[in-house]
Amino acid sequence: MRIADPLKDNMYAELARRNLRRQSIRTILAAIGIIIGVIAISSMGILGNTMKMSVTESFADIGDKLMVYPAPGEETISQRQIGQIRKVGGIDRIIPLRSNAERVEYRNEETFASVYDIDEEGLVTLVELEKGRFFKSGSTDCVLGSGVAENLGATVGSKVIIDDSRLRVVGILTERGLGFDIDTDSGIFTSSDMYEKLYPDEEEGYSSVIITVDDIDELDRVQEDIEDRINKKDELIMVFATNMITESIGGVFDAISLFLMGIGSISLLVAGVSILNVMLMSTMERTKEIGVMKAVGASRRDILRMFLLEALFLGVAASLIGGLLTLGGSYMVISFIMDDAAYLLKPSNILYILEGVLFGIGTSLLGGMYPAWKASRMRPLDALRYE
Amino acid sequence: MPRPIVELRDVTKIYTLGKNRIYALNRVSISIDKGDFVTIMGSSGSGKSTLLNMVGCLDLPTSGKVLINGKGISGLDDDGLTSIRRNNIGFIFQQFNLIQTLSALENVEMPMIFTGTSPDKRRKKALELFRKAQLPAEYEQHKPNELSGGQQQRVAIARALANDPPILLADEPTGNLDSKTGHSVMELLQELNTAGTTVVVVTHDPRLEEFSNTTIRLQDGAICHENC
Repeated sequence: MRIADPLKDNMYAELARRNLRRQSIRTILAAIGIIIGVIAISSMGILGNTMKMSVTESFADIGDKLMVYPAPGEETISQRQIGQIRKVGGIDRIIPLRSNAERVEYRNEETFASVYDIDEEGLVTLVELEKGRFFKSGSTDCVLGSGVAENLGATVGSKVIIDDSRLRVVGILTERGLGFDIDTDSGIFTSSDMYEKLYPDEEEGYSSVIITVDDIDELDRVQEDIEDRINKKDELIMVFATNMITESIGGVFDAISLFLMGIGSISLLVAGVSILNVMLMSTMERTKEIGVMKAVGASRRDILRMFLLEALFLGVAASLIGGLLTLGGSYMVISFIMDDAAYLLKPSNILYILEGVLFGIGTSLLGGMYPAWKASRMRPLDALRYE
Repeated sequence: MPRPIVELRDVTKIYTLGKNRIYALNRVSISIDKGDFVTIMGSSGSGKSTLLNMVGCLDLPTSGKVLINGKGISGLDDDGLTSIRRNNIGFIFQQFNLIQTLSALENVEMPMIFTGTSPDKRRKKALELFRKAQLPAEYEQHKPNELSGGQQQRVAIARALANDPPILLADEPTGNLDSKTGHSVMELLQELNTAGTTVVVVTHDPRLEEFSNTTIRLQDGAICHENC
């Protein structure tokens, strides 16, 4: 081949590349600005998001349930009210329960726990058995929450004492973590008969009802329907959506992320100004070249395209480098702080990196826009005369 | 009688310098026919560069008409003038004005990018023009600053021919060259003229007159017929 280095098909792109290389130090400095900006904005986002994830993941509950309690002044939720709830559409499961706080003993250990009367079917939707089995209805057996079992040192076959009654432990539940429905870890679950034997004076009815829905998006609607049905005249029950809590916690962390990213974006703004500066210098230096190009037939659009491509290349290259560095850097930081770098690869964190990269490219383009526009508006004659 | 390829009718160009109005051109009318080789001569400040800018559609007259190929340029915007230049005029500058980031061959290709010519056609045409400008093939990949002045001007001439313009405008094409090189560059322009291209050369060098068939002399912004 006679032609050693054929011009690429897109000469605009090739020209942009060469012009960036012509002032390599200046290009690198401008790129560093963008790189730092992208790192700042995406790592701040990741930091906030990872904090949010690590906090919300400690909640067992993803907030897909409704909790029904008696309204202030009411003692219990009646069987009749549960019947009314049953008529509301979109409900998957209704888990009525009774509970009492109680001191529990086993050998020389004692702890406080909540004694629950909840049917087996209901309990398995909340938590799984780690070992043993569930109690039979009517029996005096019980199942311990993991926290209670641990505190007492009890295991399957142990007999725990509540008041004067001895309950045989037939199963231990897996640890579930903090929930917004009931705290199964600190619970003792037994049959209705046993519960009534322990608390013979308790009124009829349930202390609360857990409701799961078919479709989580219907949660608000189901909540309203239940309230409408039962609280017709008087306020008899209160209904809470457990997602309210997770949502508000999530909201707080989203705000923190946004604030941190805001701080990060200041550095990107500075980078944008430096691109503006670099590109303006470059248009000044190339005034004569622009004049020549316009004399031989370059339209305003051609010139605009050339300079914008330069800004775009610079932005894309620097932003991608920034994105990669963020990935590497936050891997180290997160594994150092959180002891678990798996958080980093969560889609929401990758999204923050993408966001940072896009902001970086956008800033470069924005910074390049005015110089490109200015270059395109140069009159060829003035540009040619420029020395 | 064929229509002149370039026609100026009563063209006046006034520059305002502070409070002074300077008549760079004062009611100049010229007509250049297809195939002419015209030299525009005059001392510095005579208005010859202004005249060249009018013919080259780089500037608009204050009053009067400029017609290129019978088409008036008054009232055209920047892009409109660019389009006329792109299709009608090849520029040759005293300073050569090659793009330093591009190789010699790429410089020749450049004007064809702006007309949207395909890369293959561009390359083929540029190689052809390279030969036409009598440039050795080994200079194709050289950057402009690796070439001598004469070679650079040949590259510039090849570039000016890229879109097959009917008119070549040269502003002091030999101004930065020694007389021998200058002479050969002028011979090249003469060859191109013989092949049919209209050539307009602006110069203050009387030696270039011998190449042309018409000479326009300017003095103080007006055409001068005697005693210039």
